[in-house]
Amino acid sequence: MRASLPITIASAALLAAMPLAAAELSPAVVFDMGGKFDKSFNEGVWNGIERFKTETGVKYREFEVTNETQREQALRRMAQRGADPVLGIGFAQAPALEKVAKEFPETRFAIIDMVVDLPNVQSIVFKEHEGSFLVGALAAATSKTGKVGFIGGMDIPLIRRFACGYVQGVKHGNAKAEVLQNMTGTTPAAWNNPTKGGELARSQFDRGADIVYAAAGGTGVGVMQAAKDAGKLAIGVDSNQNHIHPGTILTSMLKRVDVAAYNVFKTAMDGTWKPGIQVLGLAEDGVGWALDGNNDKLVDAGTRAMMDSLRADIIAGKIKVHDYMSNNSCEG
Amino acid sequence: MARGEAAPAWVGHVLVPLVNLALAFLVSGLIVLAIGEDPLEAVVILVRGAVGFEEAIGYTLYYATNIMFAGLAVAVAFHAGLFNIGGEGQAYIGGLGVGVALLAFDAHLPLPILLLISILASAAFGAAWAWIPGYLQARRGSHVVITTIMFNFIAFALMNYLLVNVLIQPGQMSPQSREFEPVAWLPFAHEALGWFGIQVTRSPLNLSLLWALACCLLVWLLIWRTRWGYRIRVVGGNEPAARYAGIDPAKVVIATMCVSGALAGFVGLNEIMGVQHRLLLNFTAGYGFVGIAAALMGRNHPLGIILASLLFGALYQGGAELAFEMPRITRELVVVIQGLVILFSGALEHMLRPRIEAMFRRPAPAGGEG
Repeated sequence: MRASLPITIASAALLAAMPLAAAELSPAVVFDMGGKFDKSFNEGVWNGIERFKTETGVKYREFEVTNETQREQALRRMAQRGADPVLGIGFAQAPALEKVAKEFPETRFAIIDMVVDLPNVQSIVFKEHEGSFLVGALAAATSKTGKVGFIGGMDIPLIRRFACGYVQGVKHGNAKAEVLQNMTGTTPAAWNNPTKGGELARSQFDRGADIVYAAAGGTGVGVMQAAKDAGKLAIGVDSNQNHIHPGTILTSMLKRVDVAAYNVFKTAMDGTWKPGIQVLGLAEDGVGWALDGNNDKLVDAGTRAMMDSLRADIIAGKIKVHDYMSNNSCEG
Repeated sequence: MARGEAAPAWVGHVLVPLVNLALAFLVSGLIVLAIGEDPLEAVVILVRGAVGFEEAIGYTLYYATNIMFAGLAVAVAFHAGLFNIGGEGQAYIGGLGVGVALLAFDAHLPLPILLLISILASAAFGAAWAWIPGYLQARRGSHVVITTIMFNFIAFALMNYLLVNVLIQPGQMSPQSREFEPVAWLPFAHEALGWFGIQVTRSPLNLSLLWALACCLLVWLLIWRTRWGYRIRVVGGNEPAARYAGIDPAKVVIATMCVSGALAGFVGLNEIMGVQHRLLLNFTAGYGFVGIAAALMGRNHPLGIILASLLFGALYQGGAELAFEMPRITRELVVVIQGLVILFSGALEHMLRPRIEAMFRRPAPAGGEG
């Protein structure tokens, strides 16, 4: 890199008020294109760091990117302002975060959903296929028609990983069951298109499905509404969405990004923060299925016992859930 | 110059746009006030964020480069009476051309040849993507507004398919190709200036800005200084007259759409070869649509498009700084401010123009200074 050190920018940037004591932790987060109020992935992170803010009183800086180039810009600007740790949300930020983390080796970075292998970066990834397997098995056990549905957001490998785990879970529960699959779209708009989500869900209900799993960010809101209107069941994702329509949401596939984000800030504050890769699966409670007052009538005791034993079997390695990303195919 | 009847040219070209801009900022200021932030401070942050330091200028010019290409694409088509809304898709496919070319040749060829190949590939891919709607318009009568919009979606679906299934780097979560060899990276402005001993901070601005400016000149030459450009303008002005004069409108429509698509394809040159250095999804980020606004504001003239692109580039970059500095100003609000500028200077252009021009029409008596 021939670039001169970014001192000029930093000084210019400092002209704007920066009322931070030097010793205090000044964490920062860069949300991705979904926006922090997507009711799902980004919002999970937001919940986690809001909890951190309430508990510790430490404020954080934040930015929501609107195009590809802003990711790098925002991450670098955070680091220049002395933010530490800097948390990037979503796999798409990996190339930008890698670049910026090299430029600021003293700053601690963290990224969720992707691995960046640098000495000052903590990478947090989830085994979404394990959690999806569990909700798939629950869907198979609950379905009366033997047909269940899956509605993904944007058609990318990550969402295929959800779909693939789900299908394996359904087939494990009922080898003859049929899984109808639809992706909402091919653009990022697919993360936030509840109307189309509702349409796809209605079409799957018309074809005989009685439970639909939505792994589609904000689009899932429409899926759940359609399930409620049709008197069928839906499965939520990422955050616990059981409360959205009590009695309609069979369960939610939890991906504890909130805990992950909280831990990044918290460990940085305590001094226990470590770089490296964290893979959060069922064993680490990084993924799971949600059971609370809103859906306990939908899942009977026998099914609960089955779910517990499945979970134990996956953790013990007796059931192997194939990961789509390992070979870019759902055929293990 | 202009006396008596017509208002002086500077009124129409300078004063009216400035008044419109001021109005847009006034309304934006009220909104900022309503959400409880200081509008004056917001303006200061916006302006300083756009042009206040080297990196900001770099980002502003980088955005302007994209918008310039897209604006030129819309303008060229507009001179032939065609409303090309497909800049987004043509830019996307243009980027595919650059990406495929560089993935194939980056290990074997030096930069100048790679650059030439990339320019040709982005132009060819963009043109091909615009050729289809052009052909359908000219030979089948399918309206180009409809087909170009549809082709945006087809472009997105195609790119998604290719990146998720074909071009993806194996073992990679994110649907994107491998990174090109560094030899294939179009030099950044901070690198290029470094060759002359000028140190500037890094930004995504790269040499494709020069190509954008060259394209502005080329478009001006094409439209106003060649026979071909004359044909384009005749077809756009009056198709029956063009036919009567022996011009085949169908041929002109198809050719113009190809030129338009090629220009839009250069957005891919800036993004893929200049900034991202790999093929990835959604790098067009709406520039194709902002190009429409830039062309309208710039009145389809390259000079106007340069100015409008600078304005939109400044709004993009300054808006990002605004969202960064003021927590209560979200990115959605930045879009609102950008939208207000487009509304006042584009859609509501004729609200004030007649009145302002009328004010300057009468007071100059014969013999007075114009």
